[in-house]
Amino acid sequence: MSEPRTLIDKLWLAHEIARREDGAALLWVDRHYVHEGSFHAFSQMKARGRIAAEPQLTFGVADHYVPTRGRGKDIANAEIAAMVRNLETNAAENHIMLFGLRDPRQGIVHVVGPEQGLTLPGLLVVCGDSHTSTHGAFGAYAFGIGASEVAHVLMTQTLWQKKPKRMRIVVDGKAAVGIASKDIALAIIARIGADGAQGHAIEFAGTAIQALSMEGRMTLCNMSIEAGGRCGMVAPDATTFTYINDRPYAPKGADFEQAIEAWSTLVSDTDAVFDRDVTIDATCIAPIVTWGTTPDDALPVDARAPDPSRESDATRAKYVREALDYMGITPGTKLTDIAVDRVFIGSCTNARIEDLRAAAAVLAGRVSKVPGLVSPGSSTVKRQAEEEGLDRIFRDAGLEWADSGCSMCVGINGDLVPSGERCASTTNRNFRGRQGPGARTHLMSPAMVAAAAVSGHLADVRPLLAGRKP
Amino acid sequence: MEKFVRLTAKACPLMIPNLNTDQILPARYLKWPRSKGLGSVLFYDFRRDVDGHERADFPLNQNIYRDARILLAERNFGGGSSREAAVYALYDHGFRCVIAPSFGDIFAQNAVKNGLVTAVVTAAEVAELAAAVSADPTQEMNVDLERQTISCSNRSCAFTIDPVNRNQLLNGWDDVDLTDNYRERIVAFRSNDRALRPWVTPKTR
Repeated sequence: MSEPRTLIDKLWLAHEIARREDGAALLWVDRHYVHEGSFHAFSQMKARGRIAAEPQLTFGVADHYVPTRGRGKDIANAEIAAMVRNLETNAAENHIMLFGLRDPRQGIVHVVGPEQGLTLPGLLVVCGDSHTSTHGAFGAYAFGIGASEVAHVLMTQTLWQKKPKRMRIVVDGKAAVGIASKDIALAIIARIGADGAQGHAIEFAGTAIQALSMEGRMTLCNMSIEAGGRCGMVAPDATTFTYINDRPYAPKGADFEQAIEAWSTLVSDTDAVFDRDVTIDATCIAPIVTWGTTPDDALPVDARAPDPSRESDATRAKYVREALDYMGITPGTKLTDIAVDRVFIGSCTNARIEDLRAAAAVLAGRVSKVPGLVSPGSSTVKRQAEEEGLDRIFRDAGLEWADSGCSMCVGINGDLVPSGERCASTTNRNFRGRQGPGARTHLMSPAMVAAAAVSGHLADVRPLLAGRKP
Repeated sequence: MEKFVRLTAKACPLMIPNLNTDQILPARYLKWPRSKGLGSVLFYDFRRDVDGHERADFPLNQNIYRDARILLAERNFGGGSSREAAVYALYDHGFRCVIAPSFGDIFAQNAVKNGLVTAVVTAAEVAELAAAVSADPTQEMNVDLERQTISCSNRSCAFTIDPVNRNQLLNGWDDVDLTDNYRERIVAFRSNDRALRPWVTPKTR
């Protein structure tokens, strides 16, 4: 009998073409997503006079630079227009299918891939974007790569990798009403640290994870990289198969049946050993917000900002002081006393239909005290939200209902938080300057962003849900 | 790719934890083509104030450190975004080695593809090296990848680096050339895998 294997062991073995003496393995890539930012890689490939080796396994999505307003018109900013056009040219020259700016299915790559049935269990998925970990929600081995690796995949459909260590994060118990997948993710990151999973592949397991929808699992796996893990994954189950069924590019009929049979083996064996185990009790998780400049600066919303004078470690005290200074927060302030200037609902982390519904459930019949932007995860999500009347709720609350793209999560399309302003955001990184130079970002769930909007300050969403369906 | 065996050069301490790739290269410079050179915008928002003037207290703006080729940093250097342009910015500025207690996984991978060494030492060791450099910034530091040692003045310490990355740097291997030697095995894997997992290839056409 073979040794018990974890999910990542099984995924790794299924893709290993060759292994070198030094431990590096050549892996087959099943799915490669490219976007406007992949231009360095296309240039590298062009310089070698090569073209994409497996265009039928490669998909382009325009998301990082696309405007979220004035869709259908020409892009006003010449540099941004060139970035989008460059992707179109590179995709066409390499016969790569593109979900481009004018495609009704356009959206954020980590929303579109799963939505179109292109992301499947058992696949090795890569993209030149660190949030590629999102696709691990399907039981795929999915991770972000840099431009040189993107070029290598384009030219060979393979990648040299060293096998990561294995970490299992078990979240058991039933999370309370108002607690979202984002809260679980931030609780994990606060526990293990922003570099806690470096060098590891994370497998999320436990009853609280099994209870999550596919969209919830995507949010969780998306945030793996914010714990330092290049990939995070959840073993596929009935929830996964139901989500995939009938998606445009998912296998159909007998192919689907055969696939489900194969996918059902993608679980860690009972006695499989992990290099590290972490256990978290879901019943203890409260709504969480970040206060500082890395995602592990996260606390329950009813807590106070830390006080550097109470830190026993000098290095830590210095870090806390500088982070609070950047964020413009007085040490020891009650987090719910922190006023926000604007809100953002969007990004590959939290802009799927369930996220929009969760925010709308809080906003319905209420008015936002601050301006804000809602950018759906994809044009498909946008249409669905409009069919459900969610756009009216956002607009009536005073928020701007925009088109889909990476938008204010990274700001390179021009959607920026002005310097010094504070934004309650459903995104993934509260780094200095992430949403624009001098911008102050607080990460939280979509419902918590809605709570901040209607309160004008960081706020606990739970009382606002009283008598409502979350 | 340029080989890296050993380097003797000035070092610059930049003792800030979590210097993620957004700090190394702010996203608004990601549009820049490599040919433009990204060294001038390395750590832009730390180096310059809102008016674009250099901040005198930032180490890289001090003349003594302008030609440093070794960077000393704190934990979790290069976490966050996968932007390889963060490595380009360090490299284009002249850096060939970063010494820190830990690195973001994707950053470390991007670094090796561009001939930049990521040397891992303990937090105490990097603090000692930084103190030694600050005491005499004119001195040179020696990084020996073959022996995996760092030395300056009367201090020396060992560093760790992934053996795969070390191999690639010492040999200056180009991944694509290397992979082309495996073409037959790739073709065999592909045809076998297509039969085994027919559902992998989407029916798009």
